[in-house]
Amino acid sequence: MELLKKYPKLFQWLFLLAVFFALCFAIDVPETYKFIRGQAEFVKDPNQSAFVFLGKEVRYYAFDVFWRLPPLLGWLPIWINDSLFFLMNDWMPMEFWNEDTQEYKTRPLVLQITRNLTAFMTFLIELIREILLGGLETIVAFTSWDWIDANPWAELPGLPWTIVAAGSAILAYKLGGKGLALYALLSMTYISIFGQWKPSMQTLSFILVAAPLSFIFGLGLGVAAYKSKRVEKALYPILLVMQTMPQYAVLVPALVLFGVGDHAAVIITMIVAVPPMILLTLLGLRAVPPEVIEAGRMSGCSNWQLMSKVLIPTARRDILIGVNQVIMVCFSMAVISAFIGAKGLGFNLLLALNQLNIGLALEAGLCISLIAILLDKMSLAWANKQVDYFGNLNFYQRNKNSLLFGVIVIVGILLAYFGSIYFKDGYNYLFEVPHNKGISTADFWNKGVDWIFDTFFVYIKAFNTWLIVDVLQPMRALYLRMPAVATLVLVVGAGYLIGGVRSALVVCGLTLFIALSPWWDRALVTTYMATFGVLVSCIIGFTVGTLCFQNKHSTNFMLNVCDIFQTFPSFVYLIPVMMLFGITDTSVLIAVIVYATIPATRYTIEGLRSVPAGLHDAATMSGVTKFQRLFKIEFPLAFPHMMLGLNQTIVFALFMVIIGAFIGTEDLGQYILKALSDKKGAGIGLTLGICVAFIGLIFDNLIRTWVGQRKKHLGID
Amino acid sequence: MSKPVIKCQSVYKIFGANAERMLKEANGNVDAKTFQENGCIVGVNNASFEVSKGEMLVVMGLSGSGKSTLLRCISRLTDATGGKIFIEGQDLLNLNNKELIDLRRNKMGMVFQSFALLPHKTVLENIAFPLQIKGIKTEDSINKAMDMVKLVGLDGRENYFPRELSGGQQQRVGIARSLAVEPDIWFLDEPFSALDPLIRKEMQDEFLRLQEKLQKTIMFITHDFDEALKLADRIAIMKDGIIEQLDTPANIVLNPATEYVRKFTEEVPREKVLLIKDVMDEITSDNMGDIKVSKDEIIENVAEKILTQEKTVAVTDGKNNIVGSINPAKIINTVFGGRKNNH
Repeated sequence: MELLKKYPKLFQWLFLLAVFFALCFAIDVPETYKFIRGQAEFVKDPNQSAFVFLGKEVRYYAFDVFWRLPPLLGWLPIWINDSLFFLMNDWMPMEFWNEDTQEYKTRPLVLQITRNLTAFMTFLIELIREILLGGLETIVAFTSWDWIDANPWAELPGLPWTIVAAGSAILAYKLGGKGLALYALLSMTYISIFGQWKPSMQTLSFILVAAPLSFIFGLGLGVAAYKSKRVEKALYPILLVMQTMPQYAVLVPALVLFGVGDHAAVIITMIVAVPPMILLTLLGLRAVPPEVIEAGRMSGCSNWQLMSKVLIPTARRDILIGVNQVIMVCFSMAVISAFIGAKGLGFNLLLALNQLNIGLALEAGLCISLIAILLDKMSLAWANKQVDYFGNLNFYQRNKNSLLFGVIVIVGILLAYFGSIYFKDGYNYLFEVPHNKGISTADFWNKGVDWIFDTFFVYIKAFNTWLIVDVLQPMRALYLRMPAVATLVLVVGAGYLIGGVRSALVVCGLTLFIALSPWWDRALVTTYMATFGVLVSCIIGFTVGTLCFQNKHSTNFMLNVCDIFQTFPSFVYLIPVMMLFGITDTSVLIAVIVYATIPATRYTIEGLRSVPAGLHDAATMSGVTKFQRLFKIEFPLAFPHMMLGLNQTIVFALFMVIIGAFIGTEDLGQYILKALSDKKGAGIGLTLGICVAFIGLIFDNLIRTWVGQRKKHLGID
Repeated sequence: MSKPVIKCQSVYKIFGANAERMLKEANGNVDAKTFQENGCIVGVNNASFEVSKGEMLVVMGLSGSGKSTLLRCISRLTDATGGKIFIEGQDLLNLNNKELIDLRRNKMGMVFQSFALLPHKTVLENIAFPLQIKGIKTEDSINKAMDMVKLVGLDGRENYFPRELSGGQQQRVGIARSLAVEPDIWFLDEPFSALDPLIRKEMQDEFLRLQEKLQKTIMFITHDFDEALKLADRIAIMKDGIIEQLDTPANIVLNPATEYVRKFTEEVPREKVLLIKDVMDEITSDNMGDIKVSKDEIIENVAEKILTQEKTVAVTDGKNNIVGSINPAKIINTVFGGRKNNH
């Protein structure tokens, strides 16, 4: 009784676990139960039950309600799909003037809007692409195909790679000095010499449209949310879901709305990249000290001036993190959107992965990462740039960079011209190194992979088998063995114990949605993979973070490593693991672990860092040893921050698990991937995405509530 | 007295959902307790006063006394709930947004407790900021800002960022920024409270030097009574949103209006605050010695001179006319006597 009074929470938790296990043992596995490998909704089986709701027939395998809830939401994807098709094809037909055929045409409103949006995006992408690579489309957009036929000279020639490379080096120099310039020059030259120029420029043109647009929209909406509570309230739930929604899942509905190609990819990228930008803008604006705002007002700022000259610049730090996120997402999407026909490196990467040509994939992945890091560093340098008012420079000094660029353009053109004479019969290497004529290291890598495989095959195989048979399979079986009711009780109980009735209700709603969808089993598999990944990531991340924190240099080094790793598009992580472990669950899980370890490590270091220096001194003066200090002072105080890291780790892990479907998993991701190639996949894809998002949100809600209370308890914030 | 630059008539600021309705119902008789029970917090309660041109009014009060709120009402950073405020005859509460911006761009400057510098701008850019907001050409505004940098003695640091400066230096930037547009009215919200005592004293002296040169109309907020005594032409002491007493430093020290004010004055070294004219008597027919003291001297500076006399000392004005007298006993009484029961 004493103990019970002393640790009431502990006993409540124990009680919850007891109830959970009791339920697990009380509810038997139904004899007919088996993990459904195919897509149940398309299989017609006499054993299935069915119900009709809103005119949609939902078929499913019925079990005891305690074991698996019936898919009462099964009509939702079908219904979403039908509504989407109705919107696109039948809703509000109107007369629109058609330029090409010179007549009015009847088209549904939404279709017309999306087509116009698409055309606009296509124009932007083509414009940049043709400046970089040359082409006809832009000129045609202003004239017509007939005109081009009559004037065949009027074609954008594209810039020789020498000019682009040197130009980016100059820009990098102007923004960030010598180091960045050197990096820009080397990476551009590398891309060119290794024959990745064309796809790289295609990807770049896609990014140069998607990233600024996402930035502008995100900033604008963030400002709107800051100014109006109503806008914020309307945006908040969407933002929350989008934060944990796997990027895959957005592809499918966008496919229906915007079709296939780069333009659709840009729009999807914006959908994914704008939410974090909004959140960070809002966060930054909120953190501006009230006195700074008052100082701005007293300086006589109009509302616009206050926003553009005081608030946004003062909130710059958070907004910059937003920009960083936007760029990250853009590159990640550059690969993922290859599924819906975006051209460039991403497409090559996917193709190479599909053919198991690890060498080629590695080359494409490297190029993406190089450009990603370059753009990331350049945007940071740009934001931190200073103006010198007392330079008193003459014309030459002020414009030397532009002049230099002018010279380089001329030299580049001349070089390309000489090149065209010198390489008369073959390819003009001074203009563009064609894709298949560059130096390729693919063979080398492939041989390397083969060698590793041949040499270590026994060990890798042994490890693989051990992991799958002794760890993963039992874990998966355990997860699937949980009766739905028991899981529900566990999750809701945890919600209640952590955050009271409110949390319990939120978590209950989220879990019920998944439980009532037709994919509960799949969601369990996703959760099992994510859990495994998160566990290992946290162990590694917390250990590495703590070790690195012991020394200032290693701390900074580790944070930089995290920065760079975070810039890699998520798909790139699949390359090395496929090299080593082939197409197995092990590969996916290792990619998950590597990817999710980044936030775990980062937040551990930042959490330890956030412990006030005064406490360190106080602890030292109390005569603690290093270990005592770590365990008695630093860990308890850093723990809330580290838990936020856990939150991020979970989100990262879920993303990677879903992407892992590309290698082949049997979870929600597999269905999302299938939905991509399904004409009626939009509703399924979206619902699946929401399911994954909700898994993330359940943990998000629990962790955030706990952290909030803990922080209040410790008096830190 | 010349026409008041700032004029407040029964200014109220009440925070809360239905503050305006409650104020109306209260009918000019605002009781903080009743308001609080109804979910409203009284920030400023019936403040009426005037500040004339070139005068420095120091508003003194502890935290939560409503002094900063009062200042924000007068600069219209928040809108007063009731009452009228006139700035140079203009009805402040009736200005539209454009007129208000105009007023701030040309007539008002403000210094903040936490400096409130823009972190992304250098010293020079921070100072030039109000000028650039006004639409003045970059070159002109930078030149003007450079003058201000020199005025506050920060030359050589104009390209530093705020984070690279000490607190005192940051506040110099804040001061320079508030003065860049050459405002007539200068608001200072606890400008030296965040500074170390030594720096604070240095900044106060600097501030007095500037004011001597510039002769602005000033509202200065502080929670430090000594600071108020040192700087003020007049002091307004606030408690719970109410101005308890508004008077010259000498009068406040000599005749505290309420018990609350008296508590502040108890520990004040009077000889450092009071002038001869504050304590002198009428001209007496007693034979006065040859020694004369000016009526504008601080007691401390002439105490020795008077106390070594046995007779009454004559007090003169600037033109050497005798305007009063003072005897050593009076000095002793002022400095040492009657602290606890001053009336």
